[in-house]
Amino acid sequence: MITPDMLPSLAFYGFAFILVVSALGVITAKNPVYSVLLLILAFFNAAGLFVLLGAEFVAMILVIVYVGAVAVLFLFVVMMLDVDFKSLRKGAMHYVPLGVLLGGVLLIELFVLFKARFGTEVFPQADTLPEISNTQQIGAVLYTDYIFAFQVAGLILLVAMIGAIVLTHRTRPNVRRQNVAKQNATTQEDAMEIQQVETGKGI
Amino acid sequence: MIEILMPLFWIVLHILITVGILLVAVAYTTYAERKVMGAMQRRQGPMLVGPFGLLQPIADGIKLLSKETIFPERANKLVFFLAPMLTFTLALIAWAVIPIDQGLAMSNLNVGLLYLFAISSMGVYGVLMAGWASNSRYAFLGGLRSAAQMVSYEVSMGLVIVTVLLCVGSLNLTDIIEAPRPFWMQIMLFPMFIIFLISILAETNRAPFDLPEGESELSGGFLVEYSAFAFTLFFLGEYANMILMSAMTSILFLGGWHVPFGIEFLSFVPGFIWFALKISAVLFFFVWARASFPRYRYDQLMRLGWKVFLPLSLVWVVVVAGVLIATGTLPNMEAF
Repeated sequence: MITPDMLPSLAFYGFAFILVVSALGVITAKNPVYSVLLLILAFFNAAGLFVLLGAEFVAMILVIVYVGAVAVLFLFVVMMLDVDFKSLRKGAMHYVPLGVLLGGVLLIELFVLFKARFGTEVFPQADTLPEISNTQQIGAVLYTDYIFAFQVAGLILLVAMIGAIVLTHRTRPNVRRQNVAKQNATTQEDAMEIQQVETGKGI
Repeated sequence: MIEILMPLFWIVLHILITVGILLVAVAYTTYAERKVMGAMQRRQGPMLVGPFGLLQPIADGIKLLSKETIFPERANKLVFFLAPMLTFTLALIAWAVIPIDQGLAMSNLNVGLLYLFAISSMGVYGVLMAGWASNSRYAFLGGLRSAAQMVSYEVSMGLVIVTVLLCVGSLNLTDIIEAPRPFWMQIMLFPMFIIFLISILAETNRAPFDLPEGESELSGGFLVEYSAFAFTLFFLGEYANMILMSAMTSILFLGGWHVPFGIEFLSFVPGFIWFALKISAVLFFFVWARASFPRYRYDQLMRLGWKVFLPLSLVWVVVVAGVLIATGTLPNMEAF
């Protein structure tokens, strides 16, 4: 029978199952829009796993950043671009050996990481500082002990952002842009001229 | 088994009560909107159904639900019906963390504010999916506009939330309401309050930022192919989102369930009534803005978001942080 202390495990298997199934769906779905939607579902379940680990801050940031921003742009691009995914898939079988190799290396690394043999169960470590919320814990070390790594990450993002703007920005001639300051500075005298028109003469 | 079923029963009951109240609130928000706009335009608003037209929302609901569900022939059926359900669900699940009164929240989450922000940032999917699945140019343009608009305004909304966080030092919604706010702090947060009010108009796609459904150019935008029940879900979702954003504003800036201005003799009124009144005040602002302002042009909307609100709120984060550190009033400073 189900007892209350089994609930976390049940939730874990629920999240993990949906995560794996939707991740499989991402790479197998025929329609690219379905792929992105399944990717969002996968992100969600990953966030659920983080909540189970007691890392609620990371879970929420995962949803805000990946679901709320990154995946929106993915969806945007997939919907806008008329990419012929059939022709892209043609050579896909070509890469299978490489994919299997990479996947195998990752799997072995995971086993080494957790020193897991079949039959032993691996549980997450309990919270070492339960009285301080993990938002405060992250805040306390992020801007002090890890300030260098944090700033480097920020700089890389900045460079990537500037790079994206430089690559996509183009100046087009003959585009009329609104200049708000100029519009606001225009007076009645600049914009129009009052003339007395005499009958039968015109201007 | 029973020790699982009982809490489950209470949770389900709590959810049903919350959703029930919310649906009634949504129905009467539409009524209030029509009445208030009527008064602003010297009309009477709905008057015929029931006394003072009070049964109008129910009549509207019956009308909407008894219509025929039309499904465009070449639309993507799955996504087409998933979109309104998603919009409606997202508008409801956010209420799980809203504290209605002292200790009266379904879940007193440590990161409640981030949860709210995460849920509200996902509202864009309903619109984007609806626009794409309808397989119609008008709907698609509406969806794209909405995506760009919501992503843009979320950035400054996030920074506004950061300024409030700096002042209260917690992500827990109850702690945010309970945190002491001296008068100077309220003055300091006032510009952010204004930015937040304008941003929630854009975030909920309300006039004057209702470009995704601008009827004069897109003939209804992402809603153009929807009818009957699916349309009703979108409609309910939009108004539930308005109420949610109003609740968020009153939690962040207006003190939640507290008596306004700390007036002593009014404290016999229960807190949830104050909370409801504050939500109503922000909802009145929504209607007021809709009745007063013409729709923004799209490039003006983007300029306002990226070139005005973003720099302003970013500078204000630095200013607020600087003031708090200089005066030694940064919360939780001693912890580290």
